[in-house]
Parts: sequence; structure tokens; C-alpha cells
Amino acid sequence: MFDDMRELYQDVILEHGKNPRNRCCPSGANRQALGQNPVCGDAFVIYLTVDDDNVVRDAGFKGDGCAISMASASMMTEIVKGKTLEEANKLFETFQGLATGNDDVETEGLDEDDLDRMQALSGVRQFPIRVKCATLAWHTMQAAADGKDKATTE
Amino acid sequence: MSATEMAATRLHASGVNDYDVAAIRADFPILSREIYGKPLVYFDSASSAQKPRSVIDAVSHLYEHDYANVHRGLHFLSGAATDAYEAARETVRALINARSDREIVFTRNATEAINLVAASYGRAFLGEGDEVVISAMEHHANIVPWQLLRDDVGSVLTVAPIDDDGNFLFDEFEKLLGPRTKLVAITHASNALGSVTPIKRIIAAAHARDIPVLVDGSQGVVHMGVDVQDLDADFYVFTGHKLYGPSGIGVLYGKEDLLDRMPPYQGGGEMIRRVTYEKTEFAELPAKFEAGTPPIAQAIGLAAAIDYVTGLGLDRIAAHEADLLAYATERLSQVPGLTIIGRAEEKCSIVSFVMDFAHPHDVGTIIDRAGVAVRAGHHCAQPLMDRCGVTATTRASFGLYNTKAEIDMLVEALEGVRDLFG
Repeated sequence: MFDDMRELYQDVILEHGKNPRNRCCPSGANRQALGQNPVCGDAFVIYLTVDDDNVVRDAGFKGDGCAISMASASMMTEIVKGKTLEEANKLFETFQGLATGNDDVETEGLDEDDLDRMQALSGVRQFPIRVKCATLAWHTMQAAADGKDKATTE
Repeated sequence: MSATEMAATRLHASGVNDYDVAAIRADFPILSREIYGKPLVYFDSASSAQKPRSVIDAVSHLYEHDYANVHRGLHFLSGAATDAYEAARETVRALINARSDREIVFTRNATEAINLVAASYGRAFLGEGDEVVISAMEHHANIVPWQLLRDDVGSVLTVAPIDDDGNFLFDEFEKLLGPRTKLVAITHASNALGSVTPIKRIIAAAHARDIPVLVDGSQGVVHMGVDVQDLDADFYVFTGHKLYGPSGIGVLYGKEDLLDRMPPYQGGGEMIRRVTYEKTEFAELPAKFEAGTPPIAQAIGLAAAIDYVTGLGLDRIAAHEADLLAYATERLSQVPGLTIIGRAEEKCSIVSFVMDFAHPHDVGTIIDRAGVAVRAGHHCAQPLMDRCGVTATTRASFGLYNTKAEIDMLVEALEGVRDLFG
């Protein structure tokens, strides 16, 4: 009945939505932020363990939301592990471009797995109301990285 | 069996339920459009209802023939617009059986009507430690204004509880009424769960202690006949756009002696009798509370909407909606993995639910592709969602134009969600 929804709800998204990775507060977490989408009430806390060289050693999240926002939080925490904060912020820019349908976005040189994960969520570009579901975790990660304790999709 | 179900049964038994829903649907131009190539199934009337042709025509007719500002000009059109605007007030008065049209204040929406009472009545008559009692089923519009008042005058907000099914707990409510209670502000029916509150008993209990009551009738006026004198409500507020009228128009009913004693809410034109730099004399009711050019076309559109629903018959609409509610409750209860949130003994035609395999936002996005429009989210009632142990629900709300066949389409679409997620 809803075959045309497969572009948004790809198997990998449904799988991450059901079995999210890193849904915990990692030990040694030293950055955290609460992200809220006031429109729908979704709320996530993103935790980062950042070392002295500004490398994300571990990442996790707590919270509950739709399949899109859960999958995004799950994949984002996988992607940023091992990246520097600068790289993580750059990946967010890339992801935002993919999610909003900006075809000029630079994807060269990206890790293939990272790109695959981000592209899996890029189906939201067809659903403008849902873009914020996909970017909430990223906004919140950025806030945590910047030492802010709160983020909002507004 | 609830009162509305009994009304439905009675009408069926007497054979008078000749409710021609196909003809009624033809009165609503938008219902003939398609969404993603599918017929529109509009189950979001509790958020905002669609408009019949007569409302659209009333607004167009005003702008094409009779439009000017009201209560100002000496010219012909100003008189025509003023007559139509004041006739709309009379139509509203008759709908809720207010004593006088001085008791009908036009506002922007129900939210503004509640803010008006909180800002005007609240600041004038409530002080440090005085209590406002609301219920656990309020829309944010009947929570936040009282918090702003609290921050302003030091009043206290207390919350009357509900049970797990969404029934208002009258005895618990009564225990909250004390010497410091200065106002009760409670919904007639929950926008998120559909629960109907025992509003007449609530008002009687409050009045026994000389406490005035504001009723949020945003859903109530749509689904139930409202007689403010019979209820003895002190304030009754509602919005036009949920009652098949335009957006941008709301109503504050207030007892005349209360409105008389209240200071103005906003200052400006229209609400004055005489202005000098030293002093302003305020206008009589209801103009005292209608500063600035009012929503003229919206008021006239609302009157057309009221004429439409009273023409169909409020009892017949209620019976039709009770029928839809009973059918939807039965059908949805049979969907595996679906839990209805809110099973109060008396409900208006709203069904909120969650599904164990998909989040409400995903459900809402997916069934939209089948042309089914529902609300998914917290329904501007986050404390109630917390009480129910959910962050969000999917809500199907039924209006006078909906059909059982549409409910079948909803159920079929929900089965499709399972196929996708399962």
C-alpha cells in the first residue's frame, strides 16, 4: 500500500529506529546537550566523550522519538565516533545539505559507510515537515560540542 | 452508555436520523479534492474544521458588497458592515443562549479569550496565594495564561486529576476547592482525549463556594449544545475555526456583571467613549473589550457557520458523531498493536491512539499518503501526554461531514503502516 514511502522509510532506517545504537550515556561523557523539537515534543539528550585533542572518543543518546529521529540519533552517534569536533561539524553541514536537497553539497573524500548512512536519511528531502526530525540529533550534537546545554530545531 | 450514544440510539429508534451525509459533504468544496491522488479523508477537525460553501460565500459576499469598517463611518457601507457584524454577535448569543449580546465579546480565538480573562479578571481580582484550579486535560491555552498570571500576581495553579481512562475525578476536584480558590478554569471536552467533563456539576460545586468558573468550550461548543444560562457558566470561551467558521475569530462569553467589573484588556480605538490626554472613559460592553478594528469578515463568517450547523440540527450532528465515535472505537480496537488513549465514559468524537510498532509522527506521515489527514503529536497538551505516559499520540477527530467508510479507510491505512514497519 505504501511502496512509495520506501524512499523515506528504508530498511536501514527502520532497523536503526527499532534497534538504536549507542542509546546510553557513555562512561566518561564530558559534553551533553538537550535537543528539543517544540513542534512535536521530541526530546533527545546527546552525550559526547571528547578528549584533549578534540576527538570524539564516544557518543551516545537518550530519548524517544519517531523512526526518523531515532535512526538519525543512532547513526549520528556512530558516525561522529573517532572524528574531531571540527570534522563532526563539517559532517553535519554535509548531512544538512543532503537532507534539504542541496545537490551542491561536497561529499568527496567522505568515508563510504558514513556517506551511506547519511544518504539513507536523505529521503526526508521529499518531506519538508520531517527534515527537523532528521536533523534534531545533529543540532544537539553540535550544541554539545560547542559547550551549549540546549538545542532546538526552531 | 454515554449521553451522546443514547441520543444516537434514540434517533435511530425513532427513525428520524435522516442525516444525509453525502449531501452535507457536497456543501464542503474542499472535501472533493484529492491528496496524492486519493480522496481526502479529513480527520483533523478538532484542530481546525473545514468550511461549508455558505461560510465561504458569506465572507466573499461581504467583501464584494458590504465591506467597510464597523462602528465608525457615517457612510452607507459602514452601516451595512456594522449591521452584519452586530447580527453575527446576536447569532452567537442565540447559539449559547446568553442573556444579552453585551455578554458576547469577539476575540481572535479561544486562546485570546482566556488570556483576556487571565489578564483582566485575574490581575484585578487575584493576588498572592490565590488559587486557580484547572484540570489535567487542559490545552496549553488554558494552562499558560494562568502561569503568566501566577508569575505576575503570585497566584497558585492547582490541577484536578483524571483517572487512567481520562475521566475527570469530580471528588478529587471538589477537594481542591478551598477558601483561597478564586477561579476554576476547566475544559468542556478534552481536545486530546475527547473526554467530556461534568461541567454542570463542576460549576455548581464551585458556585456553592462562590468561585466563578471559566469553561474552555473550544471542543464543547462543536459537539454539544451549549446553554450558558443552564450551565450557569461565568465565562465560556470558544473559537470559530473549529466550528466550521473562519480562523481569526473567537468568542468570550462573560456574565455581564463580571465583564462590567473587569478593567479593559487592551486599549485603543473602539473601546473608548472619550479620550483626553488626562483620562479615558471606556466604552460600554462589549466594545470595552474590543479594542481596534475587529475581525469583521471572520465574525460574519462565524455567524454563517452557526447558521449552517443549527440548520442541520445540533442534536442530529451529535448523534451522527456519536455513531462515528462508536464505530471508530470498535474498528480501531481490533487493530493489533493499537492502544486507544482515553476511554472516558463520556467522549466527544475524538480518538487518540498509539501503535506499538510505529511512532505517531511516522503514522501521520505515512497515512497522509493514503489521503488520510490526522493530527500526530502532543496536541498542545504536553502535561496530559505526560500523565498518559506517552510523548505523543495519533488523533483522529470526526466532524459532521465524516463517514464510516472513511473510518474503514483509516483502518486500512493503519494496516498498511504495519506492513511497512512490520
